[in-house]
Amino acid sequence: MSAIVSVNNLRKAYAGGFEALKSVNLDIEEGEILALLGPNGAGKTTLISTICGITVPTSGIITVGGFDTQTQFRAARNLIGLVPQEINLEPFETVMNSVSFSRGLFGKPRNDAYIEDVLKQLSLHDKKDSKIMTLSGGMKRRVLIAKALSHEPRVLFLDEPTAGVDVELRKDMWEVVAGLKASGVTIILTTHYIEEAEAIADRIGVINKGEILLVQDKADLMAQMGQKQLKIELTDSVDVIPDGLATYDLERAKDGLSLTYSYDTKGERTGITTLLNDLQKVGLHLKDIQTQQSSLEDIFVGLVKEEP
Amino acid sequence: MNLNAVWTIYIFEMRRFFRTITQSLISPVLSTSLYFVVFGAAIGSRIQEVEGVSYGAFIVPGLIMLSVMTQATSNASFGIYFPKFIGTIYELLSAPVSFLEVVAGYVGAAATKALFIGVIILITAFFFVDIQIAHPIAMMAFLVLTCVSFALLGFIIGIWADNFEKLQLIPLLVITPLVFLGGSFYSITMLPPVWQTITLFNPVVYLISGFRWSFFGEADVAIGVSLLAIALFTGACLAIIWWIFRTGWRIRQ
Repeated sequence: MSAIVSVNNLRKAYAGGFEALKSVNLDIEEGEILALLGPNGAGKTTLISTICGITVPTSGIITVGGFDTQTQFRAARNLIGLVPQEINLEPFETVMNSVSFSRGLFGKPRNDAYIEDVLKQLSLHDKKDSKIMTLSGGMKRRVLIAKALSHEPRVLFLDEPTAGVDVELRKDMWEVVAGLKASGVTIILTTHYIEEAEAIADRIGVINKGEILLVQDKADLMAQMGQKQLKIELTDSVDVIPDGLATYDLERAKDGLSLTYSYDTKGERTGITTLLNDLQKVGLHLKDIQTQQSSLEDIFVGLVKEEP
Repeated sequence: MNLNAVWTIYIFEMRRFFRTITQSLISPVLSTSLYFVVFGAAIGSRIQEVEGVSYGAFIVPGLIMLSVMTQATSNASFGIYFPKFIGTIYELLSAPVSFLEVVAGYVGAAATKALFIGVIILITAFFFVDIQIAHPIAMMAFLVLTCVSFALLGFIIGIWADNFEKLQLIPLLVITPLVFLGGSFYSITMLPPVWQTITLFNPVVYLISGFRWSFFGEADVAIGVSLLAIALFTGACLAIIWWIFRTGWRIRQ
């Protein structure tokens, strides 16, 4: 597969001196779904905005489909569709007019049949003559996607498509993205939900403080990120971890009132059942148990620490 | 040149105008009618003819200019400010369009709306006073040029403004006084000599004078000078807009 978007040594510093992107290199392959994971303020939106032409790079070169986004901006932007993070829509316009407007901006002649297909794909067809202000939040977000698809782009950027969206709608959105991928569109989405990246991405890039920390196949990364912890609270404190539990990866709390068991959700067996059985065998009584997954923040801390 | 984009922006903006057609047209027609009633009939009947024209007819070109300039400016400034305000500007910035196409779309639409209102006011005027247009083609040309140049100015204001107050600031503080003091309701020859000289620094004088010439064949300043003034003004606005898009000032960081 060849790179459809190529970002080389991209740096973006704002007038105040803040460096939003520090020498970013990234190749996005045609037909893939790349999820960019990162906490708020990591530079995700700046990266997308710079590729799409909303922000001017301080230095570095970006090509889309082989076209330089600065010197051949028309050819490059023709290939790109952008779904922004904020719901930015003209409230008094109808869905149809708003989506057709986007298509026209890209120099394409009006094509109602194509637009209606897009609206059908996004379950918006029955709302095509409704004013945007009358739509629900989830529908508005889908209007943004329809606008981004209106000119038949080959690369689609989705900036936090599911931020503030309820679970059901999030699943809908994932289906939409899967459908787009099936139609051959390359998709780059930003998110700070691990589950989202896990559900739909082929590759995952982690970005923090303006730097891409890693770009990996989802399967590889998920194996690393799949660490979970089971916290076992005991009715009576223990001074040492009993010998019968020596085979488990257990950590004793200082007060001896709880044990923490680390396990891999991606492994064939989590070992939880046998652990619970063995706890009973050694005569420990459980007060409560809870599981916690290492949060994205933790993983970032881990990733940043690993850097020399 | 992405002509489809120009047309798309133009139509989108014109639709906004037609959505609010009643208030877009009623208010200028009503206010102009009030001017005619007050200045034309009530006060005008006590004023002698100005440059051989009845006072009621004399103020028609100035009234049209007053409306056209404020309408062109406010329509264009709102047109580009609104996408900035609601965030839809991202679409313009990420689309394969150059500044020329964006400006042509927004300024074209704002100028068309202003022209529309100017013509409506002219038609309204026919109901109140007896006027003849000496040079109809020159009249339309002046009207169109004024619409376009002030729409360009409005576009700059819309880019510059970062709140609704600023959007109103220039039209209220600069354009309205300049138009009132630019001879809308009087001939500058009626002023004392010192003020006649000072007035010549007001660019609007040249526009109103040229426009009035196209109606009555009489002007305060030479028609060539009027044309030069409007050309310079348009050129200056275009240069500023070119600079804005080149540097991304207030729109693209």
